[in-house]
Amino acid sequence: MLSDLLNRRNFVASAVAGFSMTALPLPALALTEAGARTLVNNVVSDINKVIASGKSESAMLRDFEKIFVRYADVPIMARYALGADARSASQAQLRNFTKAFQGYISRKYGRRFREFIGGEVTVRSARKIKAGYEIKSLVKLQGSAPFDVTFLVSDKSGKDKFYNMFIEGVNLLLTERTEIGAMLDRRKGDLNKLISDLSKAG
Amino acid sequence: MTNFAGTALRLCIMALALVVAGCAQTTTVEQANGAFYDPYENGNRSVHSFNLGVDKFLFRPASKGYVSIIPDPMVTSFNSFAENISLPGQAVDYLLQGKPKETAITLYRFLINSTVGFAGLADPATDFKVPQVDTDFGETLHVWGVGEGPYLELPLYGPSTTRDAVGVVVNLFTNPLDFAPTRPIDNLGLYTEVVRRMGDRGRFSDTVDSILYESADSYAQARLIYLQNRRFELAGDDEDAYLGLYADPYSDPYSDASDPYEDPYAE
Repeated sequence: MLSDLLNRRNFVASAVAGFSMTALPLPALALTEAGARTLVNNVVSDINKVIASGKSESAMLRDFEKIFVRYADVPIMARYALGADARSASQAQLRNFTKAFQGYISRKYGRRFREFIGGEVTVRSARKIKAGYEIKSLVKLQGSAPFDVTFLVSDKSGKDKFYNMFIEGVNLLLTERTEIGAMLDRRKGDLNKLISDLSKAG
Repeated sequence: MTNFAGTALRLCIMALALVVAGCAQTTTVEQANGAFYDPYENGNRSVHSFNLGVDKFLFRPASKGYVSIIPDPMVTSFNSFAENISLPGQAVDYLLQGKPKETAITLYRFLINSTVGFAGLADPATDFKVPQVDTDFGETLHVWGVGEGPYLELPLYGPSTTRDAVGVVVNLFTNPLDFAPTRPIDNLGLYTEVVRRMGDRGRFSDTVDSILYESADSYAQARLIYLQNRRFELAGDDEDAYLGLYADPYSDPYSDASDPYEDPYAE
């Protein structure tokens, strides 16, 4: 654990995680199956509360960003999405990218939640995987067949957090890595330009 | 007789599929990393541009019009109808896959929904807790050991692979109902599929728009999403096969997942 903290990348991650942590941190005990299930149930119920609040879209999107930061391991997700290009990035660039990524994901997926109004999420199974637990859930929407949403949960950030999601087998992180790679190519590899555009995208 | 005609045609096309799809394929480990085999990328990208044009000027406005004019429960009914029309074909596919239990369930659904469900416009089978079914001839080829083959984007249809393209053609044109002695129109399955797709395009228009029109590379997004989703469907309940799909970002978040030689669990 100590050597992890001294590792440059993880140090940055921990610093960013600490910086963006909200008022109610989850208990930092070892991750259990029950803990992982609770995490997913909490994410779902928090999202449903926001949808039911009837706030304006921009206010809801801000709330979704808070939920994302609270329950997801944003720094590791951001670095994975940036992929090999994260290696040559400075610490400041990585920090800014993480912040931009967090807003981009919240806006992009937050807008989609409208289509899930009235949906029902049932946690079906939990299974140990290398980094933590896999939680499988079934989402039922009006008028269409139920579909599979899988969360991957880990405590490697020091807190129980989800770090990836699969919707009917589609890997969110991998999809975003492809998208961000394409965005970076379009900007001829200019990471600063990407960061400033990403803060507005989604 | 009807099943025989469909089956004979399937077998002919099967032989063709083996030739086309057997040539090259990605390994399971490569697929786990979202790898793809896309030797026809240039041609595929041209088809993608064509499809985007068709969507933008024809399919998208038609679909949005369809779901805004037709009340939601009716759109659901038309989807159920299309689903029901496809069931005899799915029953044949399950049979060819050596799954008699699923074949029986599929025929049972067809029987219930065609009668109690007003010719398939309602879906009482689901209310009666009859298990869901979902298969196609592409899956039959998969069960028979035909590899995925190169990625293909089909004109008007969208993302596919050489194997699944064969499946699409077979399923659209060999619906057993098309061989019935009395039938309302030819290729009923084809038309109902178009209506079903319009319903989905209209209902999930924002999500589809975000992939097609807001992405930096909509071709690459569509390819990745299609292949992952298709592999997930075909993996079915084989959970251990699916564990391989979990690249661990904690081991090395900087690694490039598109590198086919990457071991997702390497420290």
